Amino acid sequence: MSNLSTNLSEVALTETLKFECETGNYHTFCPISCVSWLYQKISDSFFLVIGTKTCGYFLQNALGVMIFAEPRYAMAELEEGDISAQLHDLDELKRLCLQIQQDRNPSVIVWIGTCTTEIIKMDLEGMAPKIEELIGSPVIVARANGLDYAFTQGEDTVLAAMAHRCPEYKIPNSTQPTNKKSPELDSWNNVSNLFEETLNKFNLITTEQQIESPSQSPSQSPSQSPSQSPSQPLSQPPLVLFGSLPNTVAQQLTRELENQGILVSGWLPEARYEELPALGPGVFVCGVHPFLSRTATTLMRRRKCQLIGAPFPIGPDGTRAWVEKICQVFGVQPKNLEQRESTIWESLKDYLTLVKSKSVFFMGDNLLEISLARFLIRCGMIVYEIGIPYMDKRFQASELSLLEKTCNDMKVAMPRIVEKPDNYNQIQRIRALQPDLVITGLAHSNPLEARGITTKWSVEFTFAQIHGFTNARDILELVTRPLRRNTHLKDLGWSKLV
Amino acid sequence: MKLAYWMYAGPAHIGTLRVASSFKNVHAIMHAPLGDDYFNVMRSMLERERDFTPVTASIVDRHVLARGSQEKVVENITRKDQQEKPDLILLTPTCTSSILQEDLQNFVERATRNTNSDILLADVNHYRVNEFQAADRTLEQIVAFYLEKEYKSNRSFSETIQKTTQPSVNILGIFTLGFHHHHDCREIYRVLKDLGIQINQIIPEGGLIKNLKRLPNAWFNIVPYREIGLMTAKYLEKQFNMPYIGTTPMGLVETASWIRQICNLVLKLSSELQTSQLEKTHRIYSCEKYIDQQTRFVSQAAWFSRSIDCQNLTGKKALVFGDATHSAAMTKILVREMGINVCCAGTYCQQDADWFREQVQGFCDQVLITEDHTKVGNMIAQIEPAAIFGTQMERHVGKRLDIPCGVISAPIHIQNFPLSYRPFLGYEGTNQIADLVYNSFTLGMEDHLLEIFGGHDVKTVITKNLSTDQNLIWDQSAVTELQKIPGFVRKRIKRNTEKYARTKNIKEITVEVMYAAKEALAG
Repeated sequence: MSNLSTNLSEVALTETLKFECETGNYHTFCPISCVSWLYQKISDSFFLVIGTKTCGYFLQNALGVMIFAEPRYAMAELEEGDISAQLHDLDELKRLCLQIQQDRNPSVIVWIGTCTTEIIKMDLEGMAPKIEELIGSPVIVARANGLDYAFTQGEDTVLAAMAHRCPEYKIPNSTQPTNKKSPELDSWNNVSNLFEETLNKFNLITTEQQIESPSQSPSQSPSQSPSQSPSQPLSQPPLVLFGSLPNTVAQQLTRELENQGILVSGWLPEARYEELPALGPGVFVCGVHPFLSRTATTLMRRRKCQLIGAPFPIGPDGTRAWVEKICQVFGVQPKNLEQRESTIWESLKDYLTLVKSKSVFFMGDNLLEISLARFLIRCGMIVYEIGIPYMDKRFQASELSLLEKTCNDMKVAMPRIVEKPDNYNQIQRIRALQPDLVITGLAHSNPLEARGITTKWSVEFTFAQIHGFTNARDILELVTRPLRRNTHLKDLGWSKLV
Repeated sequence: MKLAYWMYAGPAHIGTLRVASSFKNVHAIMHAPLGDDYFNVMRSMLERERDFTPVTASIVDRHVLARGSQEKVVENITRKDQQEKPDLILLTPTCTSSILQEDLQNFVERATRNTNSDILLADVNHYRVNEFQAADRTLEQIVAFYLEKEYKSNRSFSETIQKTTQPSVNILGIFTLGFHHHHDCREIYRVLKDLGIQINQIIPEGGLIKNLKRLPNAWFNIVPYREIGLMTAKYLEKQFNMPYIGTTPMGLVETASWIRQICNLVLKLSSELQTSQLEKTHRIYSCEKYIDQQTRFVSQAAWFSRSIDCQNLTGKKALVFGDATHSAAMTKILVREMGINVCCAGTYCQQDADWFREQVQGFCDQVLITEDHTKVGNMIAQIEPAAIFGTQMERHVGKRLDIPCGVISAPIHIQNFPLSYRPFLGYEGTNQIADLVYNSFTLGMEDHLLEIFGGHDVKTVITKNLSTDQNLIWDQSAVTELQKIPGFVRKRIKRNTEKYARTKNIKEITVEVMYAAKEALAG
């Protein structure tokens, strides 16, 4: 009993965002699972996971029936001879890659390094160029292992590796702004510093102040950059969005920006490897997923792109903030955006009545938690705890400040953010708090349901279409499904079944 | 290195975890990186388990890689000991920990000093054994550990074992995530109860560690599945002179033989325990009477195989693939009890290859032992059986080739964990199997009607030419005739006709050629 009360006092809600870190004993998927959606997204790729039976069994069980559709992924299953170096890694991989090349002829082979290749220190990065030369098609190495990463971060490692393979962007002479107008150049420099500024601000603010919009740059007034008007999108510097989304969703977001007169010059990744966008100094990049911090770092540091730090386009509020931020960077006055957002909220009304004042607990496993929590708070829900595997405060700076702002706007207490959570402790807290909804992995869903606690599987948020204005409804469809189910079954009297 | 898309048996640690989570109040701690605890997902989703799966991971991360686990594993063990107060904590190595070569046994010894629970290190080599072998080994390890512990505390333990007064058995090898294990267990229980035999213990499913010391109180052991439980049975036979019955009571013939073995064993043991002669004759008599009653009237399968429905199954071609237990039993049922022609029987349990060959000898045309699902797929495509009995993988191959498939063995999906009572063993099992077989073949009147009226599908799939030989021309009447053939055999008839035409150097296929081909094949 004393244990319970200490837990209760622990979960007392705070006034500012509070960050904690627990033991890291939590359940999530292995990052190699990114193969399942990336091979579908990049249609001319082949993913080779270099690991053991454990990895293979995970893929085949987690991905269910997809395996039967002759997938473009396979295991390079390491045997005892490989581990004890009786077999030569290079020869073995050469043999397998030649076979893949012959059978499938992909435009790119992606090697996914696993825990085992890390431990036996297999030099994948060193071998890839040699094999690349031999088979005549690119080989990309991504170390998506469970030693370093969780679930969706797998995509991050793949995209970071892929960013190196994007062609070099050449600044066209005609649109080089340097010679023409120096004030505009200033605004570009300002913009490039925006990200850094945001970070600094955020770090200050977490201690005391209110976050201010980081957009104090001169580019804010649209009159100053007349060349950015929608009629002349050519003079806009290239914008590349990064993050894997189903093609339809990518198209929706692209059009959302086009409506504001902003041209998206490419996506990382595109639907085909051969269509990867050009990157380089002068290219602006913006992320669509909260878990892409490595990719963002690579794009900034290695490809010298300029990162637009924005909240993520999840929920109508997030999408609006995302579009606004991009508009602001390009010096465009957003049109009809507020109206667009309110129309979407209007259409969500039936769902909003269901979720209003209900409480949520995120156990945390896919890094979408901050954005989803922010959206749900805007929907009128109360978030007790946001568990998250890994929290990049710099990459998520704008998202975190929007979360804080949302809490203030909605007059709810700030949730606590628990990095590397401990599932055992979390379950004690869930027992104490009895939240209306727990968003959790598949390992805990059924046991919690049997104890009368309503759950939603977090994995579904990874696979469902949740980005942009159009898909806000889908998020609420997912969130309310258990609540609606409960309304149907509520009078039957068997909610606790253990 | 091996290029692999799919595997029949899981990695070793899955087997160990299945043992641990089958017992009550046993907790497994995996020494594994983040994400390797997907066993919890499988158990929670497939079995629709209401309780938290008693498996946690002691996470191997960068720090562990650099400095070793140090206190981490020991801390995790002691913490779990305090949180859940399990009887036993099973430290489970994974592929990762087996190459890290940390001294896990040392962690176990250190942790034992500060815990109330017993701690064991699962003794399995990830690179040498699969899920089944690991489960078999771990179960034996746990049983041996507790019996030896008992022996250590009481030297005369073996002498003081009290056999139960009534004949009783242990059922070894009922597992979580096993193929219809719960239903099978209930059915075995029912039959044994009918025979007047008590259940001493069922392990590991639902078993308690502290009861293990009473395992030798039973008269003998029953191992329903060959893959898991046999090592434990052999251990108990060696140490405690307990006989075991390794027959799988699947199908009428095998169930009868299983019951006879049990009765004979009971008689033999009870004569050792000096039961009266009268009792004995009564038992033999009632055993045979029971088998007869059950076979002819309780089970519908015997009658089914006599009924005219089953006549249509005669000589139909089938392929069987699965684990050794189910594949062998199914092959025998199809051939011996239903008159079906099993062209190929196979298993992925390579460790049991010899046993399997011996079992199906004389029942099938060829034996296929492989872990490669593409080989099985090719075999199916080549044989073109009328039905497949296999795992979920064979079901999908069947879907692609338009051949029906009944699932008889793991690996399986959530639909193979039915809520309703679906045993594969015992007399109710024979009914289930008969239904499965019957529903898998499209037959009976439907078959005839389709043939007479030209089928109820009007898809003109005939234009899709599979043949690479362009010289063959089908004339209009032959095409029409071909369309009358039911969809599911049409492709095969077309191929056979073309094969025939090619051998006879016929360029144009007419209705006459089709009939000639049919006659030639029939002869």
